[in-house]
Amino acid sequence: FRCFSSALTPELKNALDKVVTSNKVVLFMKGTKDFPQCGFSNTVVQILNSLNVPFETINILDNEMLRLGLKEYSNWPTFPQLYIEGEFFGGCDITVEAFKNGQLQELLERAMCS
Amino acid sequence: MGVTKEQVESSLTSRLKPSHLEVIDTSGGCGASFAIEIVSEQFEGKRLLERHRIVNGALEDEMKQIHALSIKKALTPEQWKLQQESQKI
Repeated sequence: FRCFSSALTPELKNALDKVVTSNKVVLFMKGTKDFPQCGFSNTVVQILNSLNVPFETINILDNEMLRLGLKEYSNWPTFPQLYIEGEFFGGCDITVEAFKNGQLQELLERAMCS
Repeated sequence: MGVTKEQVESSLTSRLKPSHLEVIDTSGGCGASFAIEIVSEQFEGKRLLERHRIVNGALEDEMKQIHALSIKKALTPEQWKLQQESQKI
């Protein structure tokens, strides 16, 4: 027997849809870009800073429902979570890998020009 | 209570049949954080995001207790072989 109670309410889903589509680059993280509270979140902030792209950060430590709901929304179990142009891009390892091989720069350039 | 390295290894082994697997407990023993290197045929034809989703899915139960999971490598046997060879030179 398993209990399927969802943290992702329709209201939260709508709100998240709006956040990820109204900003080109959104990072859901532990802490804020000025004060990251986890090494993984900090890594992604530093990468985005170094690429000089504007991005929004949302502190998932501020709101437990948001933290749980986002895991369902992205189908991703950990933070940080990076969204580019409304689409889930990945967590810290994927972002680091894409940064190293140049795919991230390419994708962000395209996003900024679109 | 955290998750043990052995639990992580056995879940990944039974679900993904890896030809190479390395699980490192990065939590200092409390079992809340792991780094993983995995080589599996199931990654064939999959993008990195999908590969990581497969690993996360295989650890679904453990993830409830794991705070941080770092997937350092998720390669196909072919990619792994190439990488091993290039490191020898």
